[in-house]
Amino acid sequence: MSSIVYGHFTDELDLLDAVKELQEKGIKIADVRTPFPVHGLDTALNLRRSRLPKVAFIAGAVGGTLGMLFQIWVFTVGWPLNIGGKPQLAIPSFIPVAFELTVLFAAFAMGIAFLLRSNLGPGQIPDILDEDVTNDHFQVILSEKNNQVTEPELIEALKAAGALDVKHVNSTK
Amino acid sequence: MMHVSPIREPLINGEKSYNDITNDVMAPVKAKPGKLWYVGLTISALLALAGVGAIIYTIWNGIGLWGVNRTIGWGWSITNFVWWVGIGHVGTFISAILLLFRQKWRTSINRAAEAMTLFAVMCAGLFPLIHMGRLPLGFFIFPYPNTRELWPNFNSPLLWDVFAITTYLLVSLLFWYMGLIPDLGTIRDKMKTAWKKKVYNFLSFGWKGSARHWSRHESMSLILAGLAAPLVLSVHTIVSFDFATSIIPGWHTTIFPPYFVSGAVFSGFAMVLTLMIVTRKALNLEEYITVGHVESMNKVIIATGSIVGIAYITELFMAWYSGVEYERYAFVNRALGPYAWAYWIMMTCNVISPQLLWIRKLRRNLAFTFGLSIFINIGMWFERFVIVVTSLHRDYLPSSWAMYKPTWVEVLIYLGTFGIFFTFFFIFIRVFPVIAMAEVKSVARSSARKFLGKSVKQKPEKNH
Repeated sequence: MSSIVYGHFTDELDLLDAVKELQEKGIKIADVRTPFPVHGLDTALNLRRSRLPKVAFIAGAVGGTLGMLFQIWVFTVGWPLNIGGKPQLAIPSFIPVAFELTVLFAAFAMGIAFLLRSNLGPGQIPDILDEDVTNDHFQVILSEKNNQVTEPELIEALKAAGALDVKHVNSTK
Repeated sequence: MMHVSPIREPLINGEKSYNDITNDVMAPVKAKPGKLWYVGLTISALLALAGVGAIIYTIWNGIGLWGVNRTIGWGWSITNFVWWVGIGHVGTFISAILLLFRQKWRTSINRAAEAMTLFAVMCAGLFPLIHMGRLPLGFFIFPYPNTRELWPNFNSPLLWDVFAITTYLLVSLLFWYMGLIPDLGTIRDKMKTAWKKKVYNFLSFGWKGSARHWSRHESMSLILAGLAAPLVLSVHTIVSFDFATSIIPGWHTTIFPPYFVSGAVFSGFAMVLTLMIVTRKALNLEEYITVGHVESMNKVIIATGSIVGIAYITELFMAWYSGVEYERYAFVNRALGPYAWAYWIMMTCNVISPQLLWIRKLRRNLAFTFGLSIFINIGMWFERFVIVVTSLHRDYLPSSWAMYKPTWVEVLIYLGTFGIFFTFFFIFIRVFPVIAMAEVKSVARSSARKFLGKSVKQKPEKNH
């Protein structure tokens, strides 16, 4: 069992300053929770760039290719129809459907990947420490487990960085 | 917490703190609905029921109940379909294309506009389904292995439509819901009752605002916008192919795709204005959806309205310049034939009236804008009516020329879709936040960021 220390800020600029200050002291930040995406926070926290665009690209490519191949198969192998003597392999007229499938696959694969990767989904019960993080609190969470220092030192560092209402709980995780 | 820019009009008025934004936006979700809301919902629901009744009546007895005939096979039904799809273009246009163009004013209106899009596309989708005549066999349009050993005709624009509109509805729904997740988390945390907390937690997928999640959420939103932007353009392009790939004079035109897309954005913005001018008043959101927002939307209306006007004139010119007598006749007949009244309503509402918006005073006048938006809605409906009916009613063979008049069944189905649309809209404004709170918060101070001493330390803005 280890302890979790958290406090909040009421302004995103104070939060960014505090994050930098804590990191300069060598303290690792477990999580930051904010009511909206704070610009510059992902670089300050050294978050790795999301790979969701890659998921979208791969799924889109799969969707588009499948859509195209399926239509080609239907018109040349599955059931070749003679439509006024026009060519059976009419690639331009397969583009709209292939395009729509590209978008459909890419969007949904990315959406599902986002939810799975972030562990979000219907029925998830989040570990909320402060109900105002979705309203106007910018919360910094430090975990004793990640850091080499003790709980009172973490509390002290967080307070020194300007956090309000610093508290600690024992985490079961 | 808010800072006022010396140059730009603020995106939201009233020096709001983040907490004020939360409370103001979710007030309608928290409060007991007023009498007016119940009256509105009841009327809409009754209208929707009447429409559903008319649809069942049609399916039971057949399309013979409608005014359509051998010459004019597409009457009100297809007119309404194109009209609703057009309206359904604006939500994703606002949230995708305006996001890519970094238009921050979109944050106050994107949520409601996207919701409107979903409801409008649902109404639109109804019409071709009914028009098929045998609704229970509607699933034949999807490619699935079947005992008939047949696949749908992928060469047909009507089938492209099926794919385009289905994809559009699903992707818009995804985009809209992904944007809602953080705000549903906010509502959950603000709700006092246990069961409401549970319901909103379920809907919010357990959102907790973690920086990692936000980072992913942002990169997903950007890519979704990148995907949705060509999708929006593709949908009405494909709808226009329904007409343009045929060989009917008046339909067989290469100008149709851009003309339809700008027409769609034009009518969509008009509908957003109609709804938002009322909603902002009814829900006390005047400080969030400001006169500045209305003006911005009006500017889009002038731009797209002028494109539509040029398209009308280009069509006329090309009909004359092509030298094809059928093509020429189709356009002379539009302007001077038995349906000339519809053509001139269209011209007045769509080409002349939006030009008044060049005057700044009128652009910022809410009553005028509201009236104009209704005008444009009517005009755009008549545009589709003109395209569908006047092109068909006098075609190559004079002996088969005919006239078309809708019957009460068609009128009731059309009114019924308004009922469906508004029923959903009334429920939406009570259950979900009408404004994207998280997005508004993120732009609340940025309009003045440059002028702040404190912000010098900030990293340069990424995305929007």
